[in-house]
Amino acid sequence: MTDRNGCISLSELPVGSQARLCDHERSEALSERLQDLGLVPGTDVKVIRRAPLGDPLEVELRGYRLCLRRSEADAVCATANGHSTNGHSTNGRSR
Amino acid sequence: MTVAAAAPPAPLRVALVGSPNSGKTTLFNALTGARAKTANFPGVTVERREGRLTGTPRRVAVLDLPGTYSMRAETPDEKVVDDVLNGQLAGEELPDALLLVVDGTTLRRSLGLVTQVLQRRIPTVLVVTMIDEVRARSGELDLDLLGRILGIPVLGVVGHRGIGLEELSCALERPEGWSRPSILPPSDDPDDRFAWVDAVADRIGVTNATRDRRTDRFDRVLLHPVWGIAIFALTMVFLFQSIFTWAVPAMDAIEMGFGALARGSRATLPPGILTDLWTDGILAGVGSVLIFIPQIAILFTLIHFLEDVGYMARAAFVVDRVMGWVGLQGRCFVSLLSSYACAIPGIMATRTIPSTRDRVATILVAPFMTCSARLPVYTLLIAAFIPAQSLFGPVGLQGLVMLGLYVLGALTAFGSAWLLNSTLLRGTPSSFHMELPPYRLPTLKLLAAQVWGSVSAFLRRAGTIILAASLILWVLLAFPRTPVDPGLDPAAQAQAQLEGSAAARVGRAIEPAIEPLGFDWRIGVGLVAALAAREVIVTTLAQIYAVADPDDFDGLRAELLSDPAFGVATALSLLVFFVFALQCTSTIVVMARETGSWRWPAFAFAYMLALAYTASFVTFQTARWIL
Repeated sequence: MTDRNGCISLSELPVGSQARLCDHERSEALSERLQDLGLVPGTDVKVIRRAPLGDPLEVELRGYRLCLRRSEADAVCATANGHSTNGHSTNGRSR
Repeated sequence: MTVAAAAPPAPLRVALVGSPNSGKTTLFNALTGARAKTANFPGVTVERREGRLTGTPRRVAVLDLPGTYSMRAETPDEKVVDDVLNGQLAGEELPDALLLVVDGTTLRRSLGLVTQVLQRRIPTVLVVTMIDEVRARSGELDLDLLGRILGIPVLGVVGHRGIGLEELSCALERPEGWSRPSILPPSDDPDDRFAWVDAVADRIGVTNATRDRRTDRFDRVLLHPVWGIAIFALTMVFLFQSIFTWAVPAMDAIEMGFGALARGSRATLPPGILTDLWTDGILAGVGSVLIFIPQIAILFTLIHFLEDVGYMARAAFVVDRVMGWVGLQGRCFVSLLSSYACAIPGIMATRTIPSTRDRVATILVAPFMTCSARLPVYTLLIAAFIPAQSLFGPVGLQGLVMLGLYVLGALTAFGSAWLLNSTLLRGTPSSFHMELPPYRLPTLKLLAAQVWGSVSAFLRRAGTIILAASLILWVLLAFPRTPVDPGLDPAAQAQAQLEGSAAARVGRAIEPAIEPLGFDWRIGVGLVAALAAREVIVTTLAQIYAVADPDDFDGLRAELLSDPAFGVATALSLLVFFVFALQCTSTIVVMARETGSWRWPAFAFAYMLALAYTASFVTFQTARWIL
């Protein structure tokens, strides 16, 4: 699951967890459109929920909500930075 | 030399650009007074809406471009925006100025689109909408600073309350005075683009905004693993129930009204071919178009409302998994749902689907969904041949058969999608991503404008074809003229004329082919006529069965029942035929335009006809054997 850089794919993150997208070769497979929607390295995302039937999933990033299939979330890698029940980090990238 | 009167200066052309859900349409309606000329962009079927800026002395034409998330176009809608801003759409001039609309609550995403649009070097003013929501959630944004950073004028508005609009209208009149960026922000590489966006967002005070609490609360219920599915199912039941409880009485009223009008005309006008043309051709034709309006208006009101509120995106999110089983995706669901009103808007709604494969699959199966044109046919045959007995409680056999036809259509659509995606359209598995916008209540004005847009588009597209078809049909039924004995009663005269008509010859020619389905030449005429539009068969049968008044539903029902050649087996077979066959000229034309070739509509027609023929054959032979 977790590789040597501590990156896991977005689809493997549990619901409610926050993560930061990381710069990793797996992101190469990311579609142009998902990048244009702001899924770029350094962006904070939060996994909000899975759909009632288990797929797709809903994430929050850059102040909005996006749903995407698990197969697409597979191509997005992220480092988990904690579980939140209340804090709403809709910040973009932080340096 | 004569001095020509000075021509009025050409209007300034301003185009609105922005993401879906950015408040662009609300702003368009506020600026133009919701009066828009709708047409298509040249050469494509993407809707083009243009209005005139109200309350300003200078003529300013405002063009509403489709919503787009990125200038790297993914859908036909987005391609139009890209082409227009490049001046590459033949027949569409490059706009003089742009009104770029972004939702203030999603600046960390939408400023990415801003960097891309600025590369086109068209004078641009940036409008930040929903600033009231931003204020309530996270405080002030420094829009002046944003303007200085971007080098263009930036204005904050609340479209539906009219806040900031006056200033915007003033600015729109003088794009010559707008500041232009001296250095363009990075736009090519998404990583660089969003690094710049984040830096700017931090400076102008885009904070870690608290989420919209209302949306959170609604989603906890509407997307709940159990309640979410239950509410989705209830919404669908409500949608279909509305067709029957609200639309059917209105449809009956329209039918009765036109019947009365036809009877009145016959009573007052002298008998003759012109009177026939007026009552059987024109009145019947107009009536058969107007009869759809109640159902289409109700369905579109509900669909647009669900869309504007933000529920449609959730519905797509909920059903995406199921759509995925047959190789489609959540967005296709919205399109298939619209097809219950009419396949044409359903097919046109596929323009927001990114993958060509998903679009084509959806377009091909949309005509299986039970559209409003099938309803009059189903109603007539079920009322005539299915006993009105109660099965349990309020559930009657007639209602159950009707439901069965709806379900059969939907199952066939899904089965066909699966078949297509595993054969002709096999390729990369489809993907699905979609913004889930915050829940927002649309204004009545916006909703009314959208519903009118959909209904009038239907009238333009389908209405003209249906009307033309019923006129052609009338000619085929009325010519060549057969000399009839004037001593006969009018119904017998009409029947004699019909039997010698061109239409009857066509019916007799195809009779051998349709006999195994339980159809005689008279139904054959109806089927040929229904190629133009399905419900035309009802008026055709009325004429063939020489019901004195073509809109006399009960009279026609009685005639059908008393015909020994028209039994229950034939009725069931005919019902099944209508579930499957692609009998709609307008749909075929729209399919060709949306897929860019006649190959797909030709395939769909043949596929659906083969399916209809086989299913009718099996139904008739089985029913005859059992009954």
